[in-house]
Amino acid sequence: MPVLVLDGVTHLYNKGLPTEKKAIENINLSVEKGELVGIIGHTGSGKSTLMQHLNGILKPDTGTVIVDGADIWGNKKAVREARFKVGLCFQYPEYQLFEETVYKDIAFGPKNMGLRDNEVNKRVLRAADYVGLSRELLDKSPFDLSGGEKRRVAIAGVIAMEPKVLVLDEPTAGLDPRGRDKILDMIKNYREATESTVLLVSHSMEDVARVASKVLVMNKGKVEMFGTVEEVYAHSGELRKIGLNVPQVSKVFEILKSKGLDLGTVYTVDKAAQLILERGGAVK
Amino acid sequence: MIRDITIGQYFNSTSPVHRLDARMKIILTLIFIISIFLCKNFASLGLMVAFAFFIVLLSKVPLKMVLKSMKPIAIIVVFTSLLNIFYIRGGTPLIDWKFIHITSNGIFTALFMAVRIASLVVVSSMLTYTTTPTMLTDGLEKLLSPLKLFKIPVATLAMMMTLALRFIPTLVDEIDRITNAQKARGANLDDGNFIQRVKALVPIIVPLFISSIRRAYELADAMDCRCYTGGPGRTRMKQMKFHASDFVSLGIMAIFIAGIVVLNHFFGAVLVK
Repeated sequence: MPVLVLDGVTHLYNKGLPTEKKAIENINLSVEKGELVGIIGHTGSGKSTLMQHLNGILKPDTGTVIVDGADIWGNKKAVREARFKVGLCFQYPEYQLFEETVYKDIAFGPKNMGLRDNEVNKRVLRAADYVGLSRELLDKSPFDLSGGEKRRVAIAGVIAMEPKVLVLDEPTAGLDPRGRDKILDMIKNYREATESTVLLVSHSMEDVARVASKVLVMNKGKVEMFGTVEEVYAHSGELRKIGLNVPQVSKVFEILKSKGLDLGTVYTVDKAAQLILERGGAVK
Repeated sequence: MIRDITIGQYFNSTSPVHRLDARMKIILTLIFIISIFLCKNFASLGLMVAFAFFIVLLSKVPLKMVLKSMKPIAIIVVFTSLLNIFYIRGGTPLIDWKFIHITSNGIFTALFMAVRIASLVVVSSMLTYTTTPTMLTDGLEKLLSPLKLFKIPVATLAMMMTLALRFIPTLVDEIDRITNAQKARGANLDDGNFIQRVKALVPIIVPLFISSIRRAYELADAMDCRCYTGGPGRTRMKQMKFHASDFVSLGIMAIFIAGIVVLNHFFGAVLVK
């Protein structure tokens, strides 16, 4: 059974004003448990609006959002439950930190869930492990940490609620390559360890290719494509038309193929390196 | 709630009101505000409301937006009206039962107060709806420039105001963002008693303060980089000029004030001593 279903979701901004605009239109989507879906699209394609519907921060003007079999707008309690079932981590989440210590900040979500202290404690420590925060850091003020560490604290704050679906909006934005790698590895490990569902909003085709099992392409408020990484990235022409691009390494391999050296199709640098090495070995 | 605060917002359009010189608009707004408190009877009050309505229509700002700016003050209006009804004495007693005394003066004062506060908000929001923040502060700076004689740093104060106005929408967006982020972590902002609600604001206020301070530093650096020193010697790219329309509008305002004075005189005061 799919853990997350969107059925005909439409959202209008400035409803009733002359500036009324359809932010997203008739979105139908079904995500199975354990999938890691990358959501890509141009700025203003409706990615962030879509995301805010998943845990009931925005209410769809038409359509339903079903999480774990329950319509999140079914009753008042359902919305609040959806907040915990779907953990939403916004862009630049480090700006939401407010507590005196890292520990307290991570504990904010679980405490709001009304959990007991020892359960909160367990979850905070587990979340800190997932994002790779050492124990010494937990007693520090979050404002004394580096940018990358702050980001990981904020993500831990969402993970600590142990949501069924984790949604991350541009978790790697503004980080250096090493920080980016850390976050992506962390997402991968987290999903494998918890078998939970993860949605990753990004405009980096490389990032999505590295971790996602499926890709959702948004364009002008609509779903343009939804399929496996291979299926979607095979349509490089259409992607280019809506202002997106396949990863650089894929392009290099495409050009090599057109010049007569067919090494297969790749989306990540690691895979490319592996293919090249294999080819080298075979020639020997 | 925070989205409803429209004071300081600009509505982009081309209307006769938009084209007026900012200095003139500030002066006219001040005159209008004074006229609001000159009204002594329903005739002059009616004229004042009609004139305010005329300005709104002339400005092409949608009525819906103007009404929206009244939303946050609705409670204040209702509250002061109620206080007036129950506490103002004098005039014909209408109800005299145990501790409740309602008089005609009370009812009239309440009505007048409500209309006055509403008009006050409408007229002052018209100023910001039709004038960009930069124009507004430029106008203020010009109008206050005589104060330089008393060593008051008018230019610096004007720049501070420009920046403050400039950052209202930014901070509103920021509050929205932080609120959503904390809601996503299960922060409960809508339920609970007063103390619980105030406590629930901490996760929003703290990040807001931190980011405001960060923005302030960044802005200061950016201004330094562009060699901003403020004060004397700073010239403007757009010079302000009075046009014929500015004087026409001043004339219309004068006729309006005359109308109010005449109506006040003709129909007498509503409130009885």
